[in-house]
Amino acid sequence: MAIEDDVLVVGGGLAGATAALAAAREDVRVRIVSATQSTLRQASGLIDVLGYPPDGAGTEDPIVDPFDAIADLPTGHPYERVGADAVRDALEFFDRVAGDAYAGSHTDVNALVPTYAGRVKPTARYPAATAAGLASDPRDTLLVGFDTIPDFDAPLAAGHLEAAGVPFAVRGVTVSFPGIERDDAKVTRYAHLLDRNEPVWRGGSETGSRAALASVVEDRLAGESRVGFPAILGDDHATAVRTDLEAALDVDVFEVPMGPPSLPGLRLEDLLYGALEDAGVRVTTGVPVVDYESARGGADDRTGADSDRIGHVVVDRNGAAVPHRADQYVLATGGLVGTGIESDREQVTEPVFDCHVAHPDDRYDWFVDDVFGDQPYARFGVDVDRDLRPLEAGGGLEFSNLRAAGSVLSGYDFAAEKSGSGVSLATGYVAGTRAAAEVTS
Amino acid sequence: MSDADTTADAGRPTDEHADDENDAFEPIEVFPEAESMDLRPGADSCYKCSTCDTNCPVAEVDEEFPGPKFQGPEQWRLKRQDDHDIDETVMKCSNCMRCDSACPTDVPLSQMHNTARGAYVDDQMNTLSREYVRNRLLANYRRLAPLAATFPRTANFVMGLSAVRWLGEKTLGITSEREFPEFATETFREWFTARGGAHVENPEKRIAYFHGCYANFNTPAVAKALVRVYEHFGYEVLVPEQDCSGTPMFANGMLADARRAAETNVRELAGALEEGADVITSCSSCSMSLRQEYPELFDFVDTETVAANTWDALEYLRVHEDLEAALEGAAVGEEFDDVVYHAPCHSRNQGLDSQTIEVMNAIDGIEAHDVGDSCSGISGTYGWKAERYETSMAIGEEMFEHMAAAPAETGLTECPTCSMQMEHGSGYPVYHTLEVLEAALVGSEADGTE
Repeated sequence: MAIEDDVLVVGGGLAGATAALAAAREDVRVRIVSATQSTLRQASGLIDVLGYPPDGAGTEDPIVDPFDAIADLPTGHPYERVGADAVRDALEFFDRVAGDAYAGSHTDVNALVPTYAGRVKPTARYPAATAAGLASDPRDTLLVGFDTIPDFDAPLAAGHLEAAGVPFAVRGVTVSFPGIERDDAKVTRYAHLLDRNEPVWRGGSETGSRAALASVVEDRLAGESRVGFPAILGDDHATAVRTDLEAALDVDVFEVPMGPPSLPGLRLEDLLYGALEDAGVRVTTGVPVVDYESARGGADDRTGADSDRIGHVVVDRNGAAVPHRADQYVLATGGLVGTGIESDREQVTEPVFDCHVAHPDDRYDWFVDDVFGDQPYARFGVDVDRDLRPLEAGGGLEFSNLRAAGSVLSGYDFAAEKSGSGVSLATGYVAGTRAAAEVTS
Repeated sequence: MSDADTTADAGRPTDEHADDENDAFEPIEVFPEAESMDLRPGADSCYKCSTCDTNCPVAEVDEEFPGPKFQGPEQWRLKRQDDHDIDETVMKCSNCMRCDSACPTDVPLSQMHNTARGAYVDDQMNTLSREYVRNRLLANYRRLAPLAATFPRTANFVMGLSAVRWLGEKTLGITSEREFPEFATETFREWFTARGGAHVENPEKRIAYFHGCYANFNTPAVAKALVRVYEHFGYEVLVPEQDCSGTPMFANGMLADARRAAETNVRELAGALEEGADVITSCSSCSMSLRQEYPELFDFVDTETVAANTWDALEYLRVHEDLEAALEGAAVGEEFDDVVYHAPCHSRNQGLDSQTIEVMNAIDGIEAHDVGDSCSGISGTYGWKAERYETSMAIGEEMFEHMAAAPAETGLTECPTCSMQMEHGSGYPVYHTLEVLEAALVGSEADGTE
């Protein structure tokens, strides 16, 4: 016996979750197996599609309309593999799942979101909590930092934004967060205080933490009509926290996305995993898929005699090997950082299905000396056909019932292009949709 | 899985062949003395993303707790310096082990916490202090339970007295807010012996049941349910000799006690494996302990073998039997119409947090509502300590709210202490998944008198 499903998605990040959600629209049984908790909680929560062209990353101005730019992408880029229409469909799919929690769907044009370092990031979709802070909005802005959160230096960020030429006046102040004494309190602690509006000491009496925070900021306002905080304004009740602060201060309140660990990432995770639960997707987390058993394709296998089928995969549960069987599989295990692609001193590999990963033989050709240069390793991954099926070195299919999605794919540098979320959405959407279609056909 | 090396003599020169050949290779000892565990590879894997901190239920409610990243890799580095003490806040860690499955680079966080806590208790804690005595007592509940179980009615009466609870708080620091769990009038082992051992003999399908202390002394109904469900599928049930799994000892830094218990368990369970049995547990902390903590902390001969052949009761049936087909058309009593399920942290860490809902959905007439990923907050002995009671309840608050919001007034979980906390915070009766399976699969077959 094995644990049986129709579609098995290996990996629970943005690509894996999207693939599972897309597949679950059909009448098929879908499961995600993820080695660790979803890494979405380390993500900014922004949905970037394409911020910079792949060849001029860092030197050129940000892309205004990512859909215009997709047509010019080189062969092998994940967007080229699935096509611009699939990217559009995937974004629409995301918009339906996210509902009011995300904004940006009204236009194809990239939005410009101020970051905690005072830069401006081109992105396609952003949390509703970030909406009032867009750099294209001309209203004067106050950024509020906290002396216990050194990752966000509000005066410094404000200075950087002014130097970047934003079309509004921006000022930064640093205050103490009521109810927090420690320098290294966890971001979840701030969010928990505000979520539960826990009483804190303020001016000699106990006040709800939301009112206490508003009163600290009120004194520092000088006519600005919007106020930006680091993204710690609640977790489960983030909208209520922001609305309360807006009412108390009579200004618009927005969050500046932060590095990991990231509450907007946590909220996105909650949103997607809530949708997965509603869709009946089964989720197994905390155990890795370590191996597979193949089952030769039959004579009538339309993909040809050379390609194997995956029979079942093996999940390692603290030493016990637990078989999981499905008809179709999606590989969404992440890239070099997410360990979906691994490297040692000899070679670069894809560890679960041992799919081919093209890379120079000489390790010294894997990188260039300029740290911010065009790094070959950034594009390492699995080559796929237009159906997202991994390819062998010779161009044949690795397996007839496997598709790959997200940063395990080769041919793009998500960090330089600012395309990570968009590629995960588009390829996850296509891989999940086609996997389910094969089950039902 | 941790990649820490658990061999006790790692790094020590091997001079097996040195006598034979004078020019044999003699490795140089780089470090001054061999360490029992080399946690360095794990510490080096930590790139400070702090994801573990966002998962820590204690850090979320207690600003004074520095979090798993500090308690693990950072403290490990700090204490390379001889004059550096282990920070006492390590005792605030509840050993829920959530940080383990949060880590994207497999840093063995809970292993680091367990070793740091052990070192703190050994080197820095006053063994005459009230805290030490209390912790030792709580950690070694297994030692006291047999006595109480001998006179269960007396024990239940005495422990239920408010004066005794008051005294427990004043003298030992055991919170008077909680009611002590009742001792069963007949332990599971007594029942099993009295019924003449297993009712099924089957050399092909055989399991060794690690019942743990709680199912034996306090909730034998859970253990009986396991026996009946497994016998329903034709399994022969062995009940080997066993000691405490060690979980409460790890959580209190009593590693020497845990080692003694683990040695017994590994020996006995390895013996059962040789008889062709797989090891099955009904408590998620027991399985966590056998599967993960033993290989991380101990190096008895069969530690790894026992770990690799230990299964959660429900998980084993799902893989080895067609459980869903067996449940098709099954009916249960109306006490299980609507249940609210809490997945224990130690199930979550084994990737088992979703299986109960999946199986319950296969039974007609049961609506199982998942409370989501909140931690119950009691964490074994943690919530019993007077100074931790409030933290424990603050962590549990989210679970209580979800329980209240769900359209059910019966609880379901696989962890005995989570079960206590669920009852304590909601007033609902709380069952074990095996009891529901027993009702669905065995039902009236079960002889009420056995």
